[in-house]
Amino acid sequence: MKQKVEPPAQKSAKQRWLEEVYGAAVKRHPERRRRFSTLSDDPIEPVYTAEDLGGFDALRDLGFPGEFPYTRGVQASMYRGRLWTMRQFAGFGSAEDSNERFHYLLSQGVNGLSVAFDMPTLMGRDSDDPLSRGEVGREGVAVDTLRDMEILFDRIPLDLVTTSMTINGPASIVWAMYLAAAEKRAIPLDRLGGTIQNDALKEYIAQREWIVPVKPAMSLVVDTFRFGSREVPRWNTISISGYHIREAGATAVQELAFTLIDGLEYVKWGVDAGLDPNDFVPHLSFFFDVHNDFFEEVAKLRAARRIWAKEIERRYHPKNERALLMRTHAQTAGVSLTAQQPYNNVVRVTLQALAAVLGGTQSLHTNSLDETYALPTKEAVTLALRTQQVIAHESGVADTIDPLAGSYYLEHLTDRMEDGFARYLAEIEKRGGMVEAVEQGYPQREIVESAFHFQQQVEEGEKTIVGINKYATDEEVPIPTLAIDPDVERKQNERLAETRRTRDKERWRSSLEELRRAAKAKGELMPRFLECARAYASVGEQVAVLKEVFGEYHDPGYF
Amino acid sequence: MKRPIRVVMAKAGLDGHDRGVKVVARALRDAGMEVIYTGVHQTPEQVVETALQEDADAVGVSLLSGAHNYIFPRIAELMREKGMDDVLLFGGGIIPEADVPALAKIGVERIFQPGASLEEITKYVRDAVPKRRGIATGA
Repeated sequence: MKQKVEPPAQKSAKQRWLEEVYGAAVKRHPERRRRFSTLSDDPIEPVYTAEDLGGFDALRDLGFPGEFPYTRGVQASMYRGRLWTMRQFAGFGSAEDSNERFHYLLSQGVNGLSVAFDMPTLMGRDSDDPLSRGEVGREGVAVDTLRDMEILFDRIPLDLVTTSMTINGPASIVWAMYLAAAEKRAIPLDRLGGTIQNDALKEYIAQREWIVPVKPAMSLVVDTFRFGSREVPRWNTISISGYHIREAGATAVQELAFTLIDGLEYVKWGVDAGLDPNDFVPHLSFFFDVHNDFFEEVAKLRAARRIWAKEIERRYHPKNERALLMRTHAQTAGVSLTAQQPYNNVVRVTLQALAAVLGGTQSLHTNSLDETYALPTKEAVTLALRTQQVIAHESGVADTIDPLAGSYYLEHLTDRMEDGFARYLAEIEKRGGMVEAVEQGYPQREIVESAFHFQQQVEEGEKTIVGINKYATDEEVPIPTLAIDPDVERKQNERLAETRRTRDKERWRSSLEELRRAAKAKGELMPRFLECARAYASVGEQVAVLKEVFGEYHDPGYF
Repeated sequence: MKRPIRVVMAKAGLDGHDRGVKVVARALRDAGMEVIYTGVHQTPEQVVETALQEDADAVGVSLLSGAHNYIFPRIAELMREKGMDDVLLFGGGIIPEADVPALAKIGVERIFQPGASLEEITKYVRDAVPKRRGIATGA
């Protein structure tokens, strides 16, 4: 202390404590780690105080729930009014198998469905395509034509249940099949509620379920915005997703920044195509990953709402206040689950789910403990759902709104998220916007860097994964896993062949011809996809037309 | 003549999970190997063709889609047809332990499960490539 000559009055209270109390203690007993950092490797200080909040103004920066800038939540009463939607992603094997799982989930208190399609469907390929070999019904349910969609939603009240469909490249095609299935049951389109993921940009950035090149894919997305706000007003025509970006290795800041910048790019494309932001922006929804670092994740969700409201206000001044609301789905982090000691995953999922709820999510999927091995068993899914129900009904965290607000650490992290976003926004704007940045491979390379950095930290023991680099055991506890009927591929191909044989050939041919004509003329495509669905044209047949007109995207293989 | 080990890292089938394969590719490159990454969505034919074109010493295939019991045998079969007996075939991803012995029998020498370390994989490739060459040439 002798070398410090300034009077104590000039030293901040935190500075004094750091030097005199903390510094001395650490000298006597070194800390557990040389350096503390968040999961995203942002440094963490020993303690946070009001001094770390800079010009923080609670009324301006947080406001109240349901009011600008929505940091504290998009609804005025949040979970006191209605709990978040417990939406478990499901789908495997045949349409019959998945339909049975949907009925089971609804009977157990799930209040929204979420469809997982198999890889061929996600990639816009029919079950009998040579590249589909070995993948039909494995990672989700196979949907080739309207026939499968009818079976998938058999006896499910489409006007009462909302359905989320994780589909991107062929999103318009599969959505049109859902709409056609409702139409056949005389349910009007304006009574249907749900979401299609339909987030093209993140496919090139992270998820890799692309079909056509980036720019035509953007036009397909805008086409669904137009159709949705006009014909299916209760539908979210996109779920702008950070989930896959994070799972691919991005940090929390990168996930937040790339997702919101993707969102701003979609709005720009919509506005440039002549759509009114007051009409279509309220139908954009979001989807975030919720990872292990508890406070960082809560901060990310709060910051995301604030940034979105401020950016949309700044750019478009919408009259419709709903355009400012960032409504989001959240899912616990699949990538955080370990194959080793799989029961530990239940604890991880609980903490992540708690962060999602304290972050103010609108709906939540909790992963099952067995998902590093296979799609989940019924028992594992039930436990994952019960985890949400315990948080909702027993923990008390849903009984007041945004209870962590005002925590020095949390508000500091929330501000830091916003700073991180601003840095990426500046970089991506310099590159000409997200579409250009993606074509340059910029976010792709940033993510690989982060993934590699994290793996190195794990191997050097700077980051701990219980059961992997600490507390590992040689005893393996085998857990039951879901087996997919090995016959599903053959049965699915038989059904597809039968549909091809029995459909109205003339109607089928002309529906695809009309689609080709509209695509070449840059006309509206959703009505064409709807007619293709009614004519039982397959996903692969429609995608072939799109590839013929727009070309095909190939992986540049950045690493 | 000593040249660096050449490895083709591949994603086959429709599976898009590429975090693991890219991290491994980076690690092998940092360890001084020449790494060619195919990108996602390759057919078994394309993977083997790339390995042949690139004169690869090893082919690493990442699969998290459940299609491993179709894709690995197909790649192994094509490699045999092309006389690539001296090329190491290994894999990683979500592959149930129960399926591993059958894959080993058809020539997938090693499967890395989730949690495998980069150090372990790098050491394996470095040791197994010359061993495989030795067996193939009878040296």
